[in-house]
Amino acid sequence: MLRLPRFKYLRPKTAREAARMAAELGPRAMFVAGGTDLFPKLKRRQFEVDTLIGLDFLPASTHSGADECVIGARMTLADATHDPLLNRRFTGYAEAAGLVSSPPLRNVGTIGGNLCVDTRCNYYDMTYEWRKAAGFCLKKDGDICLVAPSSPRCWAVSSSDTAPMAVALEGVVIVAGPDADRELPVSALYRDDGIDYLAKQPAEVVTELRLRSAADTRSAYVKLRRRGSIDFPIAGAAVAVKLDGPTVVNCRIVLSAVASYPLEAKAAEEFLKGKRLEPETIQEAAEIASKPAKPLDNADLSHFWRKRMVRVVVERAIGQVTTRNGGSRVTLLGRTAS
Amino acid sequence: MKNEVLREVERIVLNLAVNGEQRQVLVPVHKTLLEVLREDMQLTGTKHGCELGECGTCTVLVDGKPALSCLLLPIQLEGRAITTVEGMAQGSELHPLQVAFGELGAAQCGYCTPGILLSARSLLDTNPRPTRDEIREALAGNLCRCTGYTKILQAVELAAARMS
Amino acid sequence: MKVVGRPLPKVDAATKVTGRALYADDIALPRTLHCRILRSPHPHARIASIDTSAARRMPGVLAVITGADLPVKFGILPVTQDERALEHEKVRYVGDPIAAVAATEEEIAAAACDAISVEYEVLEPVMSIDAALDPPKDERIQDYGGPNNIHKLVALEFGDVDAGFARADYVREDVFFFQGNTHLPMEQHSAIATYVDGKVTLWSSTQVVHYVHRALAKVLELPMNRIRVIGAAHGGGFGGKTDPFAHEIIVCKLAMLTGRPVKCTLTREEVFYAHRGRHPVLMWVRTGVTRDGRITAMHFRSALDGGAYGSYGVASTFYTGALQTVTYDIPAYRFEGCRVFTNKPPCGPKRGHGTPQPRFALELHLEKIADDLGLDGVALKRRNFVKPNTWTVNWLRVTSCGLEECTEHVIKASGFHDRRRRPGHGMGFAISSYLSGAGTAIYWNDMPHSEVQIKVDRGGVTVYCGAMDIGQGSDSVLAAIVAEELGLQPADIRLVTADTDTTPIDLGSYSSRVTFMAGNAALEAARKMRSMLVEAVEAGGRKFDDVTFEEASVLAEARFGTLTSAGSYTPPKIAGPYKGSGVGPSPAYSYSACVIDLDADARTGLVHINKVWIAHDVGRAINPLLVEGQVEGSVYMGLGEALMEEQTFRKGLHKWPSMLEYKSPTFLDVPEIETFIVETVDPEGPYGAKEAGQGPLLPVPPALCAAVHDALGVWIDEVPVTPEKVLEALRRKGKGELPRYGPLRFPLIPYPPTIKVDAPPSTI
Repeated sequence: MLRLPRFKYLRPKTAREAARMAAELGPRAMFVAGGTDLFPKLKRRQFEVDTLIGLDFLPASTHSGADECVIGARMTLADATHDPLLNRRFTGYAEAAGLVSSPPLRNVGTIGGNLCVDTRCNYYDMTYEWRKAAGFCLKKDGDICLVAPSSPRCWAVSSSDTAPMAVALEGVVIVAGPDADRELPVSALYRDDGIDYLAKQPAEVVTELRLRSAADTRSAYVKLRRRGSIDFPIAGAAVAVKLDGPTVVNCRIVLSAVASYPLEAKAAEEFLKGKRLEPETIQEAAEIASKPAKPLDNADLSHFWRKRMVRVVVERAIGQVTTRNGGSRVTLLGRTAS
Repeated sequence: MKNEVLREVERIVLNLAVNGEQRQVLVPVHKTLLEVLREDMQLTGTKHGCELGECGTCTVLVDGKPALSCLLLPIQLEGRAITTVEGMAQGSELHPLQVAFGELGAAQCGYCTPGILLSARSLLDTNPRPTRDEIREALAGNLCRCTGYTKILQAVELAAARMS
Repeated sequence: MKVVGRPLPKVDAATKVTGRALYADDIALPRTLHCRILRSPHPHARIASIDTSAARRMPGVLAVITGADLPVKFGILPVTQDERALEHEKVRYVGDPIAAVAATEEEIAAAACDAISVEYEVLEPVMSIDAALDPPKDERIQDYGGPNNIHKLVALEFGDVDAGFARADYVREDVFFFQGNTHLPMEQHSAIATYVDGKVTLWSSTQVVHYVHRALAKVLELPMNRIRVIGAAHGGGFGGKTDPFAHEIIVCKLAMLTGRPVKCTLTREEVFYAHRGRHPVLMWVRTGVTRDGRITAMHFRSALDGGAYGSYGVASTFYTGALQTVTYDIPAYRFEGCRVFTNKPPCGPKRGHGTPQPRFALELHLEKIADDLGLDGVALKRRNFVKPNTWTVNWLRVTSCGLEECTEHVIKASGFHDRRRRPGHGMGFAISSYLSGAGTAIYWNDMPHSEVQIKVDRGGVTVYCGAMDIGQGSDSVLAAIVAEELGLQPADIRLVTADTDTTPIDLGSYSSRVTFMAGNAALEAARKMRSMLVEAVEAGGRKFDDVTFEEASVLAEARFGTLTSAGSYTPPKIAGPYKGSGVGPSPAYSYSACVIDLDADARTGLVHINKVWIAHDVGRAINPLLVEGQVEGSVYMGLGEALMEEQTFRKGLHKWPSMLEYKSPTFLDVPEIETFIVETVDPEGPYGAKEAGQGPLLPVPPALCAAVHDALGVWIDEVPVTPEKVLEALRRKGKGELPRYGPLRFPLIPYPPTIKVDAPPSTI
């Protein structure tokens, strides 16, 4: 069976202590919370570390502040899915959490982990032996991008379901560094780079996610994947809309799995402002939203088709917001669940 | 990869609660729960199909909830209640799910069965009369290649009906 | 009957639901060493040198072997002994085994593999059927077959095909492609061997202990009596564990070298390399029909992408042409088949072995002909159904045949002809047939294909048989048959199966042969035992039914001494009078019919299956629960192949050998399946039983494509039916082009001169 490499396991008591350990050990060490992203990658030797720093001390529950909801980074995706507060006020977020992978994985995978989930590429998320046979790539052990060999950069895909939703809901994360904590918008947590996809320092620990959208904001997440479960998104749309009666006051549309970071469809957001959510308007907005999406041939199904499907998931997500009867996934065979 | 085995192995004594028994084991910290159950505790009822979290075969319960033992570190599980398929029966009396799976032919090759039984048990513990769609959702992380899932769904429904 | 026909739980149900069943990887013997295998990173290369010295020096490493230690070639078919457990001259696909390590820990064995350095002279890989038909740039993959990288060519003609086409009112040609896919058993292959007192014992996850036994004797150069192969509890095969495998031989060799037990469990990635799965097959078919849809002649061509080795490939090639005639009465039939070598993991038998691909082509081809003629597809097919007790033009003997009943069930239950039209909704219909065991053995011999012994001892009954229960329930079938004959229940029977030391031969769990062949052997043995018991009871003036089984057995043991009986089964010699006639004959054929109801979205190309109706003629359901399980599992696997499963390659290697990327349908992807069991009571099957495990897969992919056509008006002439293919077909339709997605041409293949075979008399 595939096994983990030998490592030491450190058990800090606080985020500060964890960050200091990480700062001291540098690239030899990584943080681990749920481990559902880390362990497969360690088994495939995509990371080479000899020390893991456990984040078991992180908070795992939600509480509501005056105008915000604070979610502990170690809250499991399953708990976030079923959290009454999140379901009531940040429906799209609870939906996104509930569409990550599969039930047993959601019981262990954390919301902090899903925000930081490694970018993916089907030339990269393979075993050491496979990558050796295919030729190593830019992201690990090699010097070219196998998807776009003439490109100087890595095109691995942001594959988080919850990150686009957290961006759409204008969430912020609290990160603890070796010396101080800081707050940054979730949108500022990511960079357009398949390798250095996180803008935080490697030694910084994400400790909390705070969502503070206004009460009249409605949100929805629609995920496209081949099967009804287990699969990562191959396209997805996170939509948060603030309405004044039937009119859009503000709106955020963020796409998953079509770039190396959660991709905000700014032109579509602008287009919708001040408009009513009529079917034709939604279709037009979805068309505009799909423009910046540039999927490449490094995930399931063809990138041409995925590109075409972006407008479908956006349209469904906006439609979902207007009717707001629960989220849905778009899958091949599976029944559409709500 | 070839140099990894030159690293020292960090071993640790752990107290794990498995199937209601307190077990003390000395294990390398980098061994997953799957490996410790199978290789250090001889609890080979827990199977494995990919070791990467992609098939659900190695599902166990941690505090009553399904989790993939191939992606769990025992060091993170001290004080948590771990249940494997060996812990489903009460003595020699099988759990109603086990009985129903046997009666309805829900186990063909039987290899995915332990993981599916545990996922189903967790479902029935929290939702005693699930709809068929709820069962599908709850078991959606467990792949089976033999049954086409039909008999498994029927067996979970039968067990639920008998238990309530 | 008290047992046969009842939906009883399997005899091993309790061990399966409690986690007590011991699969090969669960077996932990004291001092076991762990084996890992170094595999080729190149699709095609000569090996210049192998340096294992660094690996040998690693602490914890006890043995390292290479091809020089196991030079003898093996292979499942006598005509294609082309594999080595470890290759030391040439590698032919990414994943070809090169060296193996036995170490105290698996992680040490893996690290030691990484420390082995191999120098290669890289050769041009051949990755497609077209490339294989061309002259090789560097050298051929195998040193037999040919021309170029062709492995096998076959050309047969039955009846006068030209005359058949001449009298047709309408002739149509089509080209289809069935993509390759793999078995993906949940259990990764695993084997553990010991070497004690000069004898090798191997526990393995295999479908056929006998074939492993034979291969081990050959490669290890030991007499068969020094080798014992035991089938461990089996975590799924579907044909993928029917060949003898490198790791099985390797652990035996390593056990012999180290004197310790050695275990090897493949990683999931290695399971994809072991493969032996569904051949990708390109097909061309031409059929002539009369105005009212009666077939006058058919010409079928297939080109199989075989991968790097022979495996069952010669048989697979014949199978792509064999069973067309078993469902439809084709008065004149020409078949030309070709298998090529490519630098991919070898293809072999997967559920339906070589027949789902032509079934896909044939069913859709007939739908198109019906469309062209303005006829109802179901009616056209029915008009051509074979009749019971007939010979097909290619010398296959059809006895019981429930095609009509099966069709009636699914058409009626689905409301196929009464469906209301709505945009994007469609229904599709298809039928199929499959063997109840191959009528000829893989290696030529006159011995029985299955043997059963029964021992009765103070009331206890033990049944011995080499059959391997791979989850389909063959142990339960044996127990049911013996229990029925002896007036007992299956739970009263002890079983010893799949152990070459203690059980008599059975050729294993493949070609859907076990119920029919081992079942008949068990029936014979049980009836002999019963007659002894009856004789002993009646000698005392009593009747068998009036005494307990214990009393009867005591009386019989007192009268006859040790109570044993044996039964065996040899299929009837019904193969036709031509070379290649060994593939296709079966003592009986099962029949299936299927209707699929779906919605297809013209905007996205996504297909949502609403329901599947399937009827299966199993002859007699010895245990209806198990029959339903086989049928439902077949439908599931057929849906996976039709919609998402594909073994694809990129840059010379498997594109994604993982369970995440190789898409196996989940609980949320499988619709409701309604199963109808049809019983035609076959004259030669045990209690009339035929097969159930493979046939019901076959109609699923064509029924799905027919339903997509019904829904959207486009033909998807290849599987899997991905949304991008549907959209492309719709785009072509919108532009006024041919509304289809599929292969455009069939390559020019240098078929040999056709062997002409006279048709047999049509009725038996």
